[in-house]
Amino acid sequence: MRRPDPMLVETPSAPADEAAASTSSGAADPAMAPSESAPSPGSEHGAATEPSSGRLDIANLNVYYGTFRAIIDITLTIRPHAITAIIGPSGCGKSTFLRSLNRMHEVIPDARVEGSIKLDGIDVYDPAVDPVQLRRVVGMVFQRPNPFPTMSIYDNVVAGLRLTGRHRAAELDEVVERSLVRAALWDEVKDKLRSNGTSLSGGQQQRLCIARALAVNPEVILMDEPASALDPVATLRIEELMAELRKNYTIVIVTHNMQQASRISDQTAFFTMGDDRAGYLVEMDDTIQIFTNPRNQLTEDYVSGRFG
Amino acid sequence: MSATITTQPRSVAILRATSGGRRTWFDRVMRSLALLAAIACVIPLGAVLFFVTVRGIAAVNLDLLTKPARALGVGGGALSAILGTLQMVPLAALLAVPLGVLAGVYIHEYGSARSARAIRFAADVLVGVPSILIGIFVFTFLVLPFRQYNAFAGSVALAVIMAPVIMRTTEEVLKLVPGTLREASLALGVPRWRTTLAIVVRTALPGILTGIMLAVARAAGETAPLLFTALGSRLVNFGDFGKPMDALPMFIYVNARQPYELQNDQAWGAAFLLLVVVLTVNILVRLRSTRRRTP
Repeated sequence: MRRPDPMLVETPSAPADEAAASTSSGAADPAMAPSESAPSPGSEHGAATEPSSGRLDIANLNVYYGTFRAIIDITLTIRPHAITAIIGPSGCGKSTFLRSLNRMHEVIPDARVEGSIKLDGIDVYDPAVDPVQLRRVVGMVFQRPNPFPTMSIYDNVVAGLRLTGRHRAAELDEVVERSLVRAALWDEVKDKLRSNGTSLSGGQQQRLCIARALAVNPEVILMDEPASALDPVATLRIEELMAELRKNYTIVIVTHNMQQASRISDQTAFFTMGDDRAGYLVEMDDTIQIFTNPRNQLTEDYVSGRFG
Repeated sequence: MSATITTQPRSVAILRATSGGRRTWFDRVMRSLALLAAIACVIPLGAVLFFVTVRGIAAVNLDLLTKPARALGVGGGALSAILGTLQMVPLAALLAVPLGVLAGVYIHEYGSARSARAIRFAADVLVGVPSILIGIFVFTFLVLPFRQYNAFAGSVALAVIMAPVIMRTTEEVLKLVPGTLREASLALGVPRWRTTLAIVVRTALPGILTGIMLAVARAAGETAPLLFTALGSRLVNFGDFGKPMDALPMFIYVNARQPYELQNDQAWGAAFLLLVVVLTVNILVRLRSTRRRTP
């Protein structure tokens, strides 16, 4: 199930970006069509003063660790201002795929990538693109909450701004409040901003990490099983938060929890792996399609719980 | 029913048969030997603490702390040695801390596995080199060319001893910093060097400080590397690193060999001072590292 390549070669960056994307892929792939009528896959339509950004076009992506090919030939499009879930069995390359989107996999020696990933038309692997700059646009939230243990709640939120030297001291208070409000944590911590970030509960710590990611003002937020270390109540809060964040950010979430994917995401990609342990994309579609009427037998087996 | 006596379960037969006479006896003997060995290992520490404290406290007085050494056992004190240690050890730390910490950061954060292994091995060898050899090494570079024993050479020799210790402890505590913190910082678009400094090293800082304190305590107690370098001196040398300088361990070494009882007593007093400093540092460090397991 390959998406057509031509549209990936050149991405229009007009205000009608999203609509153009949906229709052009829909032309080649009828199953995409219903997404047009799906309720608000992002962007508040009225506020289109600037083109909705945060669209990712991935074409023929292969990721290697040394000689081991972890991901084979993935081509898909991540819609802006929507939640895209990536599901699949353990070891199928979901996290590797996610990390290749903001070049975090490069932290591992010998990791390399073939193919292209375009963020709003710009190839993120272009030699002219600095991975440090890329990560300021494509933020990330990890599986386990990882607030900086030496820092207060306040300092955690502004760590990204301070350590990248892009702040005016006067605006930090405002950034902290705005980020914490957006991460639905403000009311719980507004009276103890100076206490240590690790003094919070696991769920609060994860929302703190989300606030920290929001503070550097990204377009895309990658979430690597952000709720798998949390209890059900905290998980619910994170999910509500994501639904809220979708209005302003493109969200890509890797999850093992299929209920979670079906509850929160707009589109879902199902990955699995071949005999050589290399992960590949089985199919990608609107979430409702994947969970009610998948085209591929493997997907159906997985979402119905028959394997994985 | 009447056959129960003859057909007892197999387990009962085994449990009754082996009372284990010889094995039990052997176990007791070996266990006692192990205990004796353990006690024998602790005796020297106890003895050192006891004698140095008893004989040392008696010798600590205002003269020892405030007067420079005098020859022939007529009064004087350990001022030159105290001041010497207070100058040479900090300078050595100044030289060794940046070197050791940066080297530790390099092999943990940046070095390839191969270069890290080579450097780590070299550092371990250096830690194991007898300290008098380090003294001779520094002697040929910093004393012979100038035809002058000098305190700077002493500090360098101490720094050579401290640096690999600091490097290895730095590396060890950096290993304890969760990789997820590094990732979290990089994912915020923080450059690598800034991540290393503000997140990784910052998080490991208590542990790094511990390593530095242990290295300082060790350097303060070293005698051999100073014999060919700072030489020792009766004069109070304040600030002239181009001239010989005394230090507490050398003061002990020199005065303990004198035929005058007063000087022997001064050696005991100096030994007590040194012991207090080194033990205090060690105990403080242990307390801190047991209170905070994770950096």
